[in-house]
Amino acid sequence: MVRTAGLSGYEAEIRRIVEEAWRPLTDELSVSKLGSLQGLKRGSGGEPRPSILIAAHMDAIGMMVTRIREGFLHVTEIGGIDARVLPGQVVTVHGRETLSAVVVEPPSWLIPPADRSGSTSLENLLVDTGLTPEKVSDLVRPGDLVSFASEPLMLGKQLLAAHSLDNRASVAALTHALDLLQTRVHRWDVWAVATVQEEETLGGAMTSAYHLQPDLAIAVDVTHGKGPGSPSDKTYPLGDGPALGLGPNIHPGVYKAVKDAAERIEMKTQLEAMARHSGTDAYSLQITQAGIPTMVISIPLRYMHTPVEVVHLKDITRVGRLLAEFITGLAPDFMDGLSWDEEA
Amino acid sequence: MANLKIGSTQIKLLENLCGTLGVSGHEVKVRKLILEELGDLGAEHTVDALGNLLVTRKGTRRGRRLRVMVAAHMDEVGLMVSGDDKDGIYKFEVVGGLSAAQLVGKPVVVGKELIPGVIGFKPIHLTTASERSSGVSLDSLRIDTGGAGNGKVKIGDRAAFAPYFAVLGSGRTRALRAKALDDRIGVASLIELVRNAPENIDLLAAFTTQEEIGVRGAQVAAHAFDPDLAVVLDCSPAHDLPHWDDDEENTRYNTRLGAGPALYVADKGTLSDPRLVRHFTATAGEAGVPFQFRQAGGGGTDASAIHKVRAGIPSISVSVPGRYLHTAASIVRVSDWQNTLRLVHAALSGMNPSLLNTERV
Repeated sequence: MVRTAGLSGYEAEIRRIVEEAWRPLTDELSVSKLGSLQGLKRGSGGEPRPSILIAAHMDAIGMMVTRIREGFLHVTEIGGIDARVLPGQVVTVHGRETLSAVVVEPPSWLIPPADRSGSTSLENLLVDTGLTPEKVSDLVRPGDLVSFASEPLMLGKQLLAAHSLDNRASVAALTHALDLLQTRVHRWDVWAVATVQEEETLGGAMTSAYHLQPDLAIAVDVTHGKGPGSPSDKTYPLGDGPALGLGPNIHPGVYKAVKDAAERIEMKTQLEAMARHSGTDAYSLQITQAGIPTMVISIPLRYMHTPVEVVHLKDITRVGRLLAEFITGLAPDFMDGLSWDEEA
Repeated sequence: MANLKIGSTQIKLLENLCGTLGVSGHEVKVRKLILEELGDLGAEHTVDALGNLLVTRKGTRRGRRLRVMVAAHMDEVGLMVSGDDKDGIYKFEVVGGLSAAQLVGKPVVVGKELIPGVIGFKPIHLTTASERSSGVSLDSLRIDTGGAGNGKVKIGDRAAFAPYFAVLGSGRTRALRAKALDDRIGVASLIELVRNAPENIDLLAAFTTQEEIGVRGAQVAAHAFDPDLAVVLDCSPAHDLPHWDDDEENTRYNTRLGAGPALYVADKGTLSDPRLVRHFTATAGEAGVPFQFRQAGGGGTDASAIHKVRAGIPSISVSVPGRYLHTAASIVRVSDWQNTLRLVHAALSGMNPSLLNTERV
């Protein structure tokens, strides 16, 4: 998954990979009108069966060609990218052919005088395919996508560095949960959804939740891992377990139930304060239809939205185990006892 | 003229050379690779006090032969580990002209065992607009090896960009993308020249050290060789990108990709010997090899040290034009490399003892 593009709005390539992984693990697979992959694993409870939707977005950040000049490409961002991470990055240009390329910062005298001090702005960066201008105009058009091309890298035995671990790490966690559920009894129906367009519009989660009408929803995403350059109060150590979100995006009763599930399996978790917008699919899931009790579970990840995002592999499997434990623990009447009481 | 081709063997050699960690002052891995490559030639060689690899191939033509030093530097810009922040995270210093802005978000390899690491960056979500518009400070960056560095990475270890070698495009205009093309492409060319040494000269091949931190290796290498003249093979910046204003021409391109070898007439450190400039341009004309003059200006090569060694050594530099040198991904065109090698080989093959008998001007 972390060798694959699948930028927001163009997820077909990554969807095919997830589809292959989920086919043997689900009873039904469908693709939403916006391209989200929806896998149903039926529960064993009686009808009408409640259902839970677990969302992990599969789209990735990247760039799009806006203009071609003398064989060099101007680009704009898809998702949030700090232009300072781009100079010298190897990328793939998805033109009529797949082209290997590099993002470059032109020398100062070739950019507008007003932009010469401070840092790079995206408007001034160029993508160089190494091809002649004639070849480039044959093969590339404005609107073509540009994705990160750095290779995944193991840092020691437990840490993985790669682009697009936001949020493919969570898709892997969800897959692990589905795998664990194969041999466990769960009463609820489970909708595993690999959502689209989280980095741009949150439209994938919103529309799948509307269509599938789950009783509960959990967004699985990444959060900021503790590491060099990041403030310690907004970051969570890698390897210390899933971060459980708490705040207006999160239903306090669901939070408590997930926390209880973690305690049942003696799993370490971390508390993540989410004072406003959780920055995840939960933001749209929560206000779908007449409102869905929603939770956010996160995998700590260093250097988010750079091509060298880093996660601890155990955190991925832990999130998978926690999801499976929470789901198997859901009683058929769970919703009856659920109320929004922040102080319970 | 010998038909020196850049084929898959030469490209593979360049890939191996570029993929080798050889930061200034720590060129041992590059030197070993060159010695392996040249092993079967049985050429006389020494490794001097600064780590220069000096290889001599005497010509076979009878009578007086010019002693021609050809130099290419083995070292690359990179990093040195300077502090241990625990948990496999390290502070570092820069070796050579490497901008902090080029380090952000890059995979690197560290130390003797080539431990993989990454140089991460503060997530955009946790930055302010004013932070994003200010430059990158070196102090804020770290090498993150995860746990892998523990016990294996120590202060003083070198680090450099992880290799990402790629062939871009195909056919006559194909290009190569790699780190450290400056100056492993010169090293690869020099290996080819040693293998195909002309019979009319004594070829004194200097694979030099510490070019990137003050052309230090070349100076002592030239002293030891005491040649009649010197030719430096380097990789010269090509700034042939479009001007922001579509109505303006980029007049400061330095060199251009696809325009052939770049002959140096003058840079910050050297005024090339005019007799050698004439010899190279005449040779190019006769051999039908395209070439360009590197625009006069800043920058320099090993020639800046060599020409002032002993009582003076007539020198010239010939470079393969390369975009984005001193970054993780520089780009050269195969045709330029091919033409550089052809030109230099032809020029060496045409060097008679009378070459320097005329006046400099």
